Amino acid sequence: MNPDSIDRLLSPAEIVEHFGRLLGDGLVASSVYERFEGRKTSGSVQIWLTIDRRRLKEAVRTLIGIHFPHLTVISGCDVGDDIELNYHFYIYYGRARGEYGVFLKTLLPKSDPAIDTITDMIPGALTSEREKQEFFGVTITGIPDSRRMFLPDDFPEGVHPWRKDETGIQEHMVKKLYEVGKEPVEKRREAAAAAPQQPQQPQQPNEAS
Amino acid sequence: MIARKEFNPPTAPAGSRIRTVIGPVHPALKEPIKFLFEIEGETVVDVDFAPGHAHRGIEWMGMRRNCVQIIHTAERICGICGVSHSLSYCRAVEQAAGIEVPPRADYLRTIYGELERIHSHLLWAGVAALELGFDTLFYKAWEVRENVMDLLEYLSGNRVNYGTLQVGGMRRDIEPAQHERIFESMDYYTGLFDDLLEMFLDDSVMKTRCRDTGVLSRGDAMRLCTVGPTIRASGIPTDVRQDHPYCAYGDLDFKAVTPEALGGEVHGDVYDRIIVRLLEVKAATQIIRECIDKMPDGPINAFKKLFLLLNHVKKAEGEGVGRHEAPRGEVFHYVKLAKNKEEAEAWKVKASTYSNLMSWQTMLKGQQIADIPIVVASVDPCISCTDRVALIGDGKTSILTNEQLRRLSRRKTEALRSGGAP
Repeated sequence: MNPDSIDRLLSPAEIVEHFGRLLGDGLVASSVYERFEGRKTSGSVQIWLTIDRRRLKEAVRTLIGIHFPHLTVISGCDVGDDIELNYHFYIYYGRARGEYGVFLKTLLPKSDPAIDTITDMIPGALTSEREKQEFFGVTITGIPDSRRMFLPDDFPEGVHPWRKDETGIQEHMVKKLYEVGKEPVEKRREAAAAAPQQPQQPQQPNEAS
Repeated sequence: MIARKEFNPPTAPAGSRIRTVIGPVHPALKEPIKFLFEIEGETVVDVDFAPGHAHRGIEWMGMRRNCVQIIHTAERICGICGVSHSLSYCRAVEQAAGIEVPPRADYLRTIYGELERIHSHLLWAGVAALELGFDTLFYKAWEVRENVMDLLEYLSGNRVNYGTLQVGGMRRDIEPAQHERIFESMDYYTGLFDDLLEMFLDDSVMKTRCRDTGVLSRGDAMRLCTVGPTIRASGIPTDVRQDHPYCAYGDLDFKAVTPEALGGEVHGDVYDRIIVRLLEVKAATQIIRECIDKMPDGPINAFKKLFLLLNHVKKAEGEGVGRHEAPRGEVFHYVKLAKNKEEAEAWKVKASTYSNLMSWQTMLKGQQIADIPIVVASVDPCISCTDRVALIGDGKTSILTNEQLRRLSRRKTEALRSGGAP
């Protein structure tokens, strides 16, 4: 049993405080957001916590101590020199209007994009971790199954679709379906520039199309 | 280097075990899946899967389109859930850009979400009946589903891909003159409900096939991050509509449906998943009635013109999440917006089946080959298009087509009907 487990319901502010107490400077930033919809009678709570990536496992253990969380997905974004990963957890599910979103944000420098696996605590995280490996080129340390998840078998190694740098999808990999069977745009523009005086003719359907 | 999709480990199994591949072609699915089974005799010993055969790079495309274009892309992620993905996406953008949605639009969104639940659950019920060999039931379920499809066409103009949602609200209102037609449909389903329950749940063969088949325990359901009717059938009363209110659900009196509602105890099996889905159809009719009764007046969109919306989103900066309880479970969208950029900086889509993938491994272990179709279908991945199965053993390969696999499943039902052992 986790010595830090808590068996009473915490308020969002208490959860932030609890994380601050257990993680110390591992908790970089925090904010609580509540959103109201419909007739605005009851809101839904989101707690955004920025965590030092080396302390992720500790943070997830802290969360399990509060309530065994439901991991929705790990989302991410290429933000230049770093890759940002967001672990979207929900706790206190099954309680009417009482569920909190707890979103752990971590930054992984591109020079060493490694983070620990959490599958030893939450086995269901495997799908999402495998996906992040192939789509962002991050390394999940200790992942029990590091095969590809969604990319096809013949997809080139070292290309990570959601990266926005030189390892992302390159221009030559993109097939523009609206140009298939037509002359390239540049050629059509050149042809149009060469004959500017001609009155506009209705375009002839291309033989290939 | 990340290894390819293959058996893990790739060496042949020991002893009398054989390996089976199901899939990967499931044309009607958003996620066609290749299943890798290890089988001993008639029993499944180990399961692995390789999804992604129809990965279309939707999120990549979304990062190159503006928010109005993405809605129509999102609507086409799934062929059945036309509202779920666009609703989640809209809510994510609304949070990221700080847009207040008029209350009337929230009620309209709820109505569409629930209509979608009715037709999706009835479609699933038909597929489940087909996989088990109950043809009449299959035709009956799909026949009664037509009523709600007609209603959706009447309200939105389309049977699927309704195109009614917009960031900031809705594109189309429901007029008071249309209420009567909606109530007519709701009465139709309320009147039908007892018959449906009897047809699906009181049949002794149905009970034998589904009871204690494909069991997912409460603990496993939590550890494997399962969602939707699958986790509720395992006895955990979690439902985004109840737990984390959004749209009009915060104003309504709604409780998550679990199998205990019919007086029984929770088994976490296929039978319980049927109970949960059928009861949710009834709950959906009540929610729709309540929404129409309580619907506030007012505008249906926060923006009068599209360019105002595009300008607002272009100036906005921030991140947001949108979550919706789709018929199959929680759908989740994450959107990040950057300043002076029309396109999304990041967009992550999480569909319900994405979360339910892992639970298959637990459910299928120890099952018979003839039970594979119904167990796989029981999480509602609409995997009715299971393409073919290759049985590889002793150096010989035999191909089992989808038809043969289904026949195997039906033969088991027929044997039960005639009183013999399966």
